[in-house]
Amino acid sequence: MFKVVERSMIVPNVHLLTIEASEVAQAARPGNFIILRPDEQGERIPLTIADWDVSAGTVTSLFVQVGASTAKLARLKAGDTIPTFAGPLGNETEIAKFGTVVLVGGCYGIGAIYPIARALKAAGNRVFALIEARSSFALYWEDRLKTVCERVLVISRDGSRGYKGHVTRLAEILATEKIKPDRLIAYGCTYQMMEVSRQTKPLGIKTIVSMNPIMIDGTGMCGVCRLTVAGETKFACVDGPEFDGHEVDWEEFLARRESYNAEEVEPLHRSGSCSHF
Amino acid sequence: MSPLDLVKRPMPKQEPFERVRNFDEVALGYSVELAREEAGRCLDCKKPGCVGGCPVGIDIPGFIHCITEGDFAGGIRAIKQTNALPAVCGRVCPQEEQCEMQCILRKKGESVAIGRLERFLADWEAAQETTEAPPLPPLNGRSIAIVGSGPAGITVAADLALRGYKITMFEALHEAGGVLTYGIPEFRLPKAIVRREVQYVRSLGVDLRLDFVVGKTRTMDALLESFDAVFVGAGAGLPWFMDIPGENLNGVYSANEYLTRCNLMRGFRFPAFDTPLKRSARVAVFGGGNVAMDSARTALRLGADEVHIVYRRSHDELPARAEEVENAEEEGVMFDFLTLPVRLIGNERGWLTEIECRRMELGEPDASGRRRPIEVAGSEFMMRMDASVCAIGNSPNPLIPMTTPGLEVGKRGNIVADEETGLTSRRRVWAGGDVVTGAATVISAMGAGRRAAQSIHEALSGAK
Ligand SMILES: Cc1cc2nc3c(=O)[nH]c(=O)nc-3n(C[C@H](O)[C@H](O)[C@H](O)COP(=O)(O)OP(=O)(O)OC[C@H]3O[C@@H](n4cnc5c(N)ncnc54)[C@H](O)[C@@H]3O)c2cc1C
Ligand SMILES: Cc1cc2nc3c(=O)[nH]c(=O)nc-3n(C[C@H](O)[C@H](O)[C@H](O)COP(=O)(O)OP(=O)(O)OC[C@H]3O[C@@H](n4cnc5c(N)ncnc54)[C@H](O)[C@@H]3O)c2cc1C
Ligand code: SF4
Ligand code: SF4
Ligand code: FES
Repeated sequence: MFKVVERSMIVPNVHLLTIEASEVAQAARPGNFIILRPDEQGERIPLTIADWDVSAGTVTSLFVQVGASTAKLARLKAGDTIPTFAGPLGNETEIAKFGTVVLVGGCYGIGAIYPIARALKAAGNRVFALIEARSSFALYWEDRLKTVCERVLVISRDGSRGYKGHVTRLAEILATEKIKPDRLIAYGCTYQMMEVSRQTKPLGIKTIVSMNPIMIDGTGMCGVCRLTVAGETKFACVDGPEFDGHEVDWEEFLARRESYNAEEVEPLHRSGSCSHF
Repeated sequence: MSPLDLVKRPMPKQEPFERVRNFDEVALGYSVELAREEAGRCLDCKKPGCVGGCPVGIDIPGFIHCITEGDFAGGIRAIKQTNALPAVCGRVCPQEEQCEMQCILRKKGESVAIGRLERFLADWEAAQETTEAPPLPPLNGRSIAIVGSGPAGITVAADLALRGYKITMFEALHEAGGVLTYGIPEFRLPKAIVRREVQYVRSLGVDLRLDFVVGKTRTMDALLESFDAVFVGAGAGLPWFMDIPGENLNGVYSANEYLTRCNLMRGFRFPAFDTPLKRSARVAVFGGGNVAMDSARTALRLGADEVHIVYRRSHDELPARAEEVENAEEEGVMFDFLTLPVRLIGNERGWLTEIECRRMELGEPDASGRRRPIEVAGSEFMMRMDASVCAIGNSPNPLIPMTTPGLEVGKRGNIVADEETGLTSRRRVWAGGDVVTGAATVISAMGAGRRAAQSIHEALSGAK
């Protein structure tokens, strides 16, 4: 059993979850994820590690409430326990001195890019963050990101903060801000990562995305997380989750993500939650 | 001497029309009367062939004799001297190729039903109020890490705990048991039995650490700093696909995914449990082994209208246990022999709708002694299906070799280990079971575990 240290909604529909798991904390690296189960009947679901504290033995993730499992997570209180918390899983983000790196984050990705920014800065890069949200009230961790980024740029759909619109404006924003990235790393929802990859391809910017397919074991045993990258089948949990966004077969990926939609409506109703964006 | 009794007592089973609608165990087990009658068929041979056919060398005539005497406690004690998992082996061992194949009675008729009798004793013991726990020696100050809680790991844990070692068993998943828990279905091996066996090992003082992925949560090198020896029994959990077009369509599963959703995650009890399992109407299972039979029978129980086993050779070459093929046939699984899937076709939303297959014919025997299937040109045809399950094989997961420098691996990713001792290319690291041999059997994994435990004990204590 793993103890919940904190669970709080930091902005509408985005929750912070801190779990006591000292072994995971000791081994955690930027870009890793964990797999947890909210209770004994629960699914195994993956979440990216957004921070960790070795001395306190804790691991923090941010999650968006979308379906039954995340609804269960959203009901946890400090002091509760969850039965499964396994990790760190997946390969860590490649950290080196690339020059200028832009980190794009949306929804849970705003938190997920934080440890990557920290490590890239420590490795001597110029690091920029570009974070995207529906509106100014849905932004979080901006101050934290500022401690490790040269600048934090914002896009809000309603224009209440920063650029108005969507990540479809990425190329234009980079030009306006005169940022010439040597590498771009995107974390967040699938459409956002796909759009980022589409924008950077003609610009020839190496783009890394963190793929978030359905998973079960997270150790390479079931194959449900497979996707096609550069024409080859890969397992996101062990070969990734980060891949070159220009090599991912996005169409196939989106179709596979939808495969349990019909069934997932059922627990959704039982959980009394329908807070989709 | 009474005339030879040449016919096995049949196993009472749930009726096929009944059992395809539930996940309860199919074979119900011998009653005391049936068990004693069946045991009475054994000739108590002086040089019993059967014992040589059992990979862990159980004293078969010994335990059978106990049954005829009604001394069931004595019988189970005899088995447990060499086999820590009799309730499992009695159910899933390929007895017809092992102990029962070597039984003298097979020369004239049917062998003694050794597996069923073994199961009878294990179930008898489980039904008793108290089980006999073997005495535990004081701890000898040495500690052993075991990676993986399948039959290989469980055997090493039990053997070494009984010799005074402090054992920690690390398991990546949230439940112990390996394939016994996530792969073999409830209707063939009830999970309550697996849990009972795991509980037994824990009662020997073994510390079970679930959700711990060796290579990720901690590396092998780190384990070696805090343990005197490491045994790797990580199994062969990496699923193979066929490498044909369309394999990433929705509705296309590996057997591991299909069975894990159902067994480990209890998908068959969705929505009481959260993990969903699609109810497909027409399911094709590729392959002809135990894994294929288990997948096909699971599909039927999940409510499929039609389930096909698509196998490229013929009935005679099916690698699955004969008993399980028979069960599948009785339940209405259809067999498409000499058929090779070549392409999976989906609709505009990415869901499987059809499978293109090609007919095969059998040529000369290949290296495995089985006749080689050859494709018949121009024989393509379509099968309408909304799900397919690929059960053509598994190889060892690369996670541990990838994170363990200096650990030698073979062509198929298997860890190279000495057959007699299980010692690997790394000092203080032993390995055994499917991770060394590739996908094999429960009892062979246990046999490897037993030999490794002996070798570890010799290395750490200098004893022989
Ligand atoms: C490596 C990896 C890392 C991940 N990291 C995070 C993370 O840090 N934070 C986080 O919130 N999520 C993360 N995810 C996604 C997360 O695992 C899923 O959101 C979660 O499994 C949903 O479970 P559920 O039962 O609540 O929803 P489900 O019932 O499984 O899904 C409900 C509905 O939401 C859709 N859906 C599922 N996941 C997402 C998603 N990510 N975005 C938009 N719609 C979705 C489904 O298609 C379905 O329609 C990650 C996924 C992977 C593979
Ligand atoms: C569907 C199916 C049906 C079968 N039917 C039969 C049958 O009827 N009769 C028969 O004799 N055999 C059968 N087999 C084969 C048999 O189950 C295996 O040969 C046997 O379980 C192998 O045992 P093992 O201990 O080597 O590995 P496994 O049982 O595979 O156990 C390995 C364990 O190690 C864990 N692990 C892996 N990597 C790590 C890591 N890095 N860190 C921590 N833990 C890790 C895994 O999660 C797993 O729990 C069947 C197999 C399948 C899949
Ligand atoms: S363990 Fe398996 S091979 Fe050995 S006697 Fe029992 S059923 Fe036969
Ligand atoms: S070979 Fe057959 S008859 Fe002889 S002891 Fe073994 S089980 Fe009994
Ligand atoms: S989640 Fe099962 S193989 Fe990746």
